[in-house]
Amino acid sequence: MPIQTPFHPRTSELNSNLDWKDWGGYFAANSYNVVNDFEYYAFRHSAGLVDITPLFKYKVTGKDASLFLSRLIVKDIAKLKLNQATYCCWCDDKGMVIDDGTVMRFGEDDYFVTAADPSYSWFSRFVKNLDVHIEDITDSYCGLALQGPTSRDILKLVCDADLDRLKFFWTTSAKGDGFEFKISRTGYTGDLGYELWTENKNALKLFDAVWSAGQDYNIRMSGIAALDIARIEAGLLMNGVDYHSSLHALIPEQMSTPYELGLGWTVNLERESFMGQRALKEEKKNGSRWATVGIDINWPDLERLYYNHGLPPHWETGAWRHSVPIYHRRHLSKQIGYATSGTWSPVLKKNIAIATIEIEHAKPGTEVNFEVMVEHQRKTVRATVGKPQFFNPDRKRSILENSIP
Amino acid sequence: MSKKYDAIVIGGGHNGLINAAYLAKAGKDVLVLEKRHVLGGAAVSEEIYPGFTFSVCSYVVSLFRPHIIRDLNLAKHGYDIIPMDASFQPLPEGDLGLCRWGDSARSRREIARFSKKDAEVYGEFSKVMTHMARLAKEVIDNPAPDVASINPKELSALLRMGKVFKNLGPELLQMNTKLLTMSSADFLDLWFESEVLKGPMAVSGIIGTFLGVRSPGTAYVLLHHYMGELDGAFRSWGFSKGGTGGVSNACASAAKSFGAEIKTKIDVAHVKIEQGKATGVVLANGDEIDSKIVVSNLDPNRTYLKMIGEDNLAPEITREIRRFKLRGSSAKVNFALNGVPNFCKKRDGLEFMKGDIAIVPNIDYAEKAYDQAKYGEFSERPYINIVVPSLTDPTLAPPGKHVMSCFVQYAPYNIKEGPEHWPKLADKFGDTVQNTIKEFVPDIDSLVEHRQVVTPWDLQETFGLTEGNIFQGELTLEQLLFQRPISGYAKYKTPVDNLWMSGSGTHPGGGIMGSGGELSAKSILREKVI
Ligand SMILES: Cc1cc2nc3c(=O)[nH]c(=O)nc-3n(C[C@H](O)[C@H](O)[C@H](O)COP(=O)(O)OP(=O)(O)OC[C@H]3O[C@@H](n4cnc5c(N)ncnc54)[C@H](O)[C@@H]3O)c2cc1C
Repeated sequence: MPIQTPFHPRTSELNSNLDWKDWGGYFAANSYNVVNDFEYYAFRHSAGLVDITPLFKYKVTGKDASLFLSRLIVKDIAKLKLNQATYCCWCDDKGMVIDDGTVMRFGEDDYFVTAADPSYSWFSRFVKNLDVHIEDITDSYCGLALQGPTSRDILKLVCDADLDRLKFFWTTSAKGDGFEFKISRTGYTGDLGYELWTENKNALKLFDAVWSAGQDYNIRMSGIAALDIARIEAGLLMNGVDYHSSLHALIPEQMSTPYELGLGWTVNLERESFMGQRALKEEKKNGSRWATVGIDINWPDLERLYYNHGLPPHWETGAWRHSVPIYHRRHLSKQIGYATSGTWSPVLKKNIAIATIEIEHAKPGTEVNFEVMVEHQRKTVRATVGKPQFFNPDRKRSILENSIP
Repeated sequence: MSKKYDAIVIGGGHNGLINAAYLAKAGKDVLVLEKRHVLGGAAVSEEIYPGFTFSVCSYVVSLFRPHIIRDLNLAKHGYDIIPMDASFQPLPEGDLGLCRWGDSARSRREIARFSKKDAEVYGEFSKVMTHMARLAKEVIDNPAPDVASINPKELSALLRMGKVFKNLGPELLQMNTKLLTMSSADFLDLWFESEVLKGPMAVSGIIGTFLGVRSPGTAYVLLHHYMGELDGAFRSWGFSKGGTGGVSNACASAAKSFGAEIKTKIDVAHVKIEQGKATGVVLANGDEIDSKIVVSNLDPNRTYLKMIGEDNLAPEITREIRRFKLRGSSAKVNFALNGVPNFCKKRDGLEFMKGDIAIVPNIDYAEKAYDQAKYGEFSERPYINIVVPSLTDPTLAPPGKHVMSCFVQYAPYNIKEGPEHWPKLADKFGDTVQNTIKEFVPDIDSLVEHRQVVTPWDLQETFGLTEGNIFQGELTLEQLLFQRPISGYAKYKTPVDNLWMSGSGTHPGGGIMGSGGELSAKSILREKVI
């Protein structure tokens, strides 16, 4: 049975929908309201607050912490500057992705790692005789994601940190009224936003401070359902949905490499050896089989199919997570890939999906056929291949240079 | 020699900007000229008082065509609509009033307080209207077919439209006839019994017309309320981030990204006409700018009588255009408030106020408001549609403060003192609105920091809407489709060669929907005139 996060006394009070699900062994609100699109809109228009405590969290310390993480992760973590954060993934020795997450450098030998899956055992295998200490702080630290255009204004009322100049993927320590916490300018929405981390004992103080500061800024509690829409618009992948950890995959076909996931940019190939390096070098040389792409599903086509039944177009309002076949542009019997998750994008007014597709069909602009179900019948509509990142507002990275400190 | 553009668009309203964007996207060299210092026309945001940004005229968005958002990549340029979840009808004497929500079970319970029957019929009504709106969508997303034509293209367009009708089946077809001919009050009587429900629903049929809820033909306009739900937005009304000017700014930014040039504070005096052809524009300062075609985004009255001029028009055309009904009947009052104007202290929280608030407790109230207008007075107890967008979009006002927009009907342009007397009446009118609100928000006077009254006269003088008609011409049946603005010239063309139109005075009509601009640009491109 899932347990409660330290924010539960507040989140349960605000949840009028009783819509909880199990996230990493914790109760997580899937939605807070019956009509829950406002939880999504908060990310794009004001600020949505998400309890992200269930993420797996590790503190990695010791003289060799940099070396250790650099060997484990495809990115050269030793290059991370103090207070910097990075998004990354780690692989097995065949170069197959195990998980993705963020690494933040809080001190010279002090790192904070978040992961989607339990990773303590995997990480521990590589400690050997290095001077490294891994502490699983999943159950002793909690987190809140505050995401959306007004998140900076809200956070400024909560603490003393210089947020005007805190850059995208940087972190800072902060003092609130009677508690301390860490702020990272990171998130899963592709918008301006922050993640706040603190010890469990500070949970309610942090929550109350953020919630009350947010009242003039239209803050809302947002559930996982809303987060899913935003992360698909931002083209951010989900472990267990858009790919499968090689530790859990039963057959090789279920595994993916960083290049296949579009995470090639996180790989620092030419350096001291790291886990999966040899296989990744091979792949870099010989090419990948698959690619992860964004799919823009032709809306007028879908409208027409419904129209033929005398119906207005219908589409799930939230995000979906299941496999949908994608076919060749001309040869409808030739399947060339599959979508893994998708959503109607409220900001773009487009029907979008994240898909795995054979590399030769992955060029942006390629036309494909996408399977849809209309009135119990399988049909296809046209769709266009593109980058997975559909929405990327300037404010995500904006800094207020001219602000007076 | 000065430059010659492919196209000059007169008027930087959202339709003009969209027109320019489509033309520029097709590689044409386009110049937009706007008279005011800001873009947007009736879809404009202005910081009228420091820290307070008003949607000065239009205030909610529903009909904007989603394919235009996709075609022009407007989301990237800042197009951003926040949907509204509630529609609230306050009642006096501390009653809870009626709030309709996105959550249908919740709405049903609210309506059941007044009529259990209505509560259940409400869902059925929505279903029928959804079918009807599907039909309307076909109409607004295509140029109006010309019924008198034997051109095969026109016929097939008509046929397509006919097919939609046929597919509706006899019951819905009959419903459609009712919609076209009945008054909105009578039409709603077919379904509902409770006045608090019918009041706010009926007024959708009279917005921007000089008609009452009991005037025949007003039922049709109700449909517009149901159209937004079809376009994949799955929700009808919303706020534009930063005010409705946000829509116009996104359109302008898209147009620029495709290479269009946009200039403000340029007053166009008239179109330059040589041998019956438009060849550019003449500015108020006497300067001339040449172009292959000219697109007027002004209302039909201005386009024909000022931009073309009577001298260049056949008398019967002049006569027809003078018959085109404007008859402005609405006004805006925008408030800057130092706190939340709570319309029902008995309700928990403020969610019920995050949508629109309609002051029209029953059908008689709306009809009485019209009665006064008929005789040239503004309504003493007008219908008011109120929004407090700063509750949803905090960027519009300083923290803790709010902007409140009030759309008011009836405020007849042809006030009995004469329309030019409106400026003198503005304050009295503002008081009327504030006093009407006071019946529900007793402390309103102490909340008001500033008040902006936008009378029909202002709509004409500042925003260029002749007779203050908010839709550049009444949205009544006889002025729609192939008759908008006049029959024979309903396809964005005018009697002057190379002069086109794009504003809401053309098919399919008013509202922030972008169709006029889009369909006009597509017609221009199809004819390969540039
Ligand atoms: C008070 C009010 C409330 C409304 N509320 C809503 C609402 O809530 N929702 C909704 O969807 N619709 C609403 N509408 C209707 C909607 O705003 C209009 O239908 C729409 O904005 C019209 O856009 P347009 O581009 O067709 O024309 P306009 O916006 O009228 O554009 C015409 C432009 O031409 C410019 N111009 C005029 N003369 C000249 C000249 N000589 N030289 C150069 N430029 C010139 C004007 O300044 C203006 O910018 C409202 C309108 C008003 C007035």
